[in-house]
Amino acid sequence: MAYNLKQAAKKPERFTGGHRMCAGCGAPVVVRQILRALKPEDHAVIGAATGCLEVSSFLYPYTSWEDSFIHSAFENSAATVSGAEAAFTVLKKKGKIDYDTKFIAFGGDGGTYDIGFQSLSGAMERGHDMVYVCYDNGAYMNTGIQRSSATPKYADTTTSPAGKVIPGKQQSRKDLTEVMVNHHLPYVAQSIAVGNMKDLYEKSEKAIYTEGPAFLNVLAPCPRGWRYNTPDLMDINKLAVETCAWPLYEVVNGKYTVNYKPRKKLPIEEFLKPQGRFKHLFTETNKHLIQDIQQEIDHRWERLLALEKADQQ
Amino acid sequence: MGIRERMSGNEAIAVAMKQINPDVVAAFPITPSTEVPQYFSTFVANGTVDTEFVPVESEHSAMSACIGAQAAGARAMTATSANGLALMWELLYIASGSRLPVVLACINRALSGPININNDHSDSMGARDSGWIQLYSETNQEAYDNMLMAHRIGEHKDVLLPVMVCQDGFITSHAIENIELLEDDKIKGFIGEYKPEDYLLNRENPISVGPLDFIPHYFEHKMQQSLAMKNAKDVILQVTEEFAEITGRSYGLFEEYMTEDAEAAIVLLNSTAGTAKYVVDALRKQGKKVGLIKPRVYRPFPVDEIAQALSKFKSIAVMDKADSFNAAGGPLFTDVTSAMFIKGICEPKVINYIYGLGGRDVKADDIESVFENLLDIAKTGKVDSVFNYLGVRE
Repeated sequence: MAYNLKQAAKKPERFTGGHRMCAGCGAPVVVRQILRALKPEDHAVIGAATGCLEVSSFLYPYTSWEDSFIHSAFENSAATVSGAEAAFTVLKKKGKIDYDTKFIAFGGDGGTYDIGFQSLSGAMERGHDMVYVCYDNGAYMNTGIQRSSATPKYADTTTSPAGKVIPGKQQSRKDLTEVMVNHHLPYVAQSIAVGNMKDLYEKSEKAIYTEGPAFLNVLAPCPRGWRYNTPDLMDINKLAVETCAWPLYEVVNGKYTVNYKPRKKLPIEEFLKPQGRFKHLFTETNKHLIQDIQQEIDHRWERLLALEKADQQ
Repeated sequence: MGIRERMSGNEAIAVAMKQINPDVVAAFPITPSTEVPQYFSTFVANGTVDTEFVPVESEHSAMSACIGAQAAGARAMTATSANGLALMWELLYIASGSRLPVVLACINRALSGPININNDHSDSMGARDSGWIQLYSETNQEAYDNMLMAHRIGEHKDVLLPVMVCQDGFITSHAIENIELLEDDKIKGFIGEYKPEDYLLNRENPISVGPLDFIPHYFEHKMQQSLAMKNAKDVILQVTEEFAEITGRSYGLFEEYMTEDAEAAIVLLNSTAGTAKYVVDALRKQGKKVGLIKPRVYRPFPVDEIAQALSKFKSIAVMDKADSFNAAGGPLFTDVTSAMFIKGICEPKVINYIYGLGGRDVKADDIESVFENLLDIAKTGKVDSVFNYLGVRE
């Protein structure tokens, strides 16, 4: 069904207010939009890794989840939900359940790129009919902004601090979306909450209603870790896309489509400048590091365009 | 009348699982329990069971998937050993804390390091405080029977706890013994359908499982869990009695062998009980008053009953196939002596032996030397050494 903002906005809220996520956090915006893509008549079993989202949305005896929800540990959101999906498969086969249920696992970049990476890879390879969503805020925010393998190069975090000698994280960000593409899943996409959120809604709908395993990597800015002005969440999102720091693309049965190509790609400074975690780069001694970041962004973007082009030929 | 068969302990576990026909089995291979998922995946491949087999990439994911499946409303099972159980550690606590009656077959093996694939109890002993009910098995028959009773115990509304059925790696897991199997329909009738009150897949009543549980409630939830473990003792006895009615095989919280007039007794778990019984028989022929107590139910620990049973001896050796590395004796020894003390039973002299670590063979002569020491203590009332190691070069 073609995306219609008014209709999508009218759908019942499945992630209710009263949760304790920070103002200006990208994660709840992402979760609400993804769950909005569920058909109202479909029940969902949703899992989450330990992290900001989990500890802020389900504090005994209160839950923000209208659907069924399970959290067990940090590194096993994918495996836990894969077990629930296996239960559904067999109970449906036995005739004990006669309705459809959708399975969605959430994890932050810590629970997905790092400690939960094995569990994710295993569950996706086994082919469970589920969607794994990484809400990527680029560091271990729940424990207080430690670097992760999703943290961008030179970012200042509490375990990759910008010091007198070392200017922040020294390693490049792991490209997890590409890693998941190489699991040869029926659907892999990278998205963000931007504009009227059509991109995220449509990708969520495809991910949820594609049979088999699907992976969504969604950028979810963190005002505490990125140190941007709280009300500027949507501007930060937009800049991530317009600078191609976070390209919007999808890979359907191995075929690449870049969903948005900026008419005029903005320099990476535009994305870095409003964020306190990159403040140390805007000095005489460090400004060459911005060039380094730009080169990497350009390289990854060009490569992505080439992959899309190769698939179109 | 049951079905006479002969099979290994691992096959007995796999056959029990086949007859239980659980909804989900998630497992990862590790010696010596590997054969269990191997046999079971064959049952799946041949359509002998309805089970969804989840061939996970680790034991951590095996227990995670079991938690997800059980919470979703399914009966979930797994099997593992040693480091596999250790990798599940975090989730063992989450399964019990979430009150999910998952059933696990633990084929006991020495925990690394250094790495060793042979039998001792360091794996399941390390998990003794993880909130799982633990049943120990001397023979393939006992392992099979304990498996058939596990769901009835764990799923009981007064319990709702996961159950671990332990047997000795290689010694029974790979040894072929005679066994009497129960007919499928009798098992079906005995175990019944799994009908959880609340489960994730119930769309009429969606639930949230696994909250952040802070100071106002966490302690109360742990208290409830503690009460559940306390309740488990009576439930185990009820289920065991029902099982005896259909099989003729009766078990208790522990087995007493030739204890009635015994002066000296050994307390130990699992297959070494077979060797100890052989030695008891031999010594009895010589007129020596010796006996054996073999706990079957280790968690919950039967404090009152075991203290009472031990009160009649003059000397007792508690033998642990796992060290606690606490300079204060093995885990079974600590539990037994604690039970005796709080019940005011301080007459018998109690000593500890750590034995058989990493699969070190324990022969009849070794057990006999323990009894000789105990008989000497019974006669003189003097204990030279409380903490002892059996069959090790010092």
